[in-house]
Amino acid sequence: MKKVLVACGAGIATSTVVNSAIEEMAKENNIKVDLVQIKIAEVGSYVDSADLLVTTAMTKKEYPFPVINARSFLTGIGVEDTKKQILDELQK
Amino acid sequence: MSDIYFDESIILVDLEAKTKEEVLTAMGENLEKQGLVKESFIPAIIAREAEFATGLPTAGVSVAIPHTDVEHVNKKTISFAVLKDPVDFGVMGDPDETTPVKVIFMLAMDKADDQLSLLQRLMQIFQDEAALRYLAEEKDASAIKNLLAEKLDFALEGGE
Repeated sequence: MKKVLVACGAGIATSTVVNSAIEEMAKENNIKVDLVQIKIAEVGSYVDSADLLVTTAMTKKEYPFPVINARSFLTGIGVEDTKKQILDELQK
Repeated sequence: MSDIYFDESIILVDLEAKTKEEVLTAMGENLEKQGLVKESFIPAIIAREAEFATGLPTAGVSVAIPHTDVEHVNKKTISFAVLKDPVDFGVMGDPDETTPVKVIFMLAMDKADDQLSLLQRLMQIFQDEAALRYLAEEKDASAIKNLLAEKLDFALEGGE
């Protein structure tokens, strides 16, 4: 099972929405996923265990896993592309 | 919907501001005056916005959703403002870009959980160009309150 970090600045607002969208998407596609909702500042403690970071608070930091920008879940613009990117990673 | 404070007093129309800091300060002072947030709220929300921008280039009218940690909040509320003239906010997730924001939803959240449906309904407004355009042009706080209450499905509570 993939461990997916869902992060925003505060870990309370936008990540909540994104977390739920990914949960639903995984269910629709019959994929089991371990979602962890955190503040972006907490990503560091997961570098060894996570497979993917989906975030509305993109950072310039480099991580050993892919990072996907989740803004489209909020604006609706380009959301299908973002979902596909996430799905591709989950199915790897 | 649990106890969210929402009435005309937290809706600011034709707000004049030149910078995002002025916007956040004006909205935050209004909340502080009513005891909805703590003194620490304004510096915290300005610092958070500088670190993690919340401007969203939505269809038609750009919005921003400034927010900060729950410990600065006394009572859950969403303050709304329409700016007289757009002010540049950093774009969420693209710190080097800005977007001219006309409509602000300042989230004062008191708990990290139990607000999913509220946030989801808020995001639906961001994806509703007609509603955003209406909000950006409307001058009557009472009309704005009614539209938002309907869209966000509030059981209204507040000091009217």
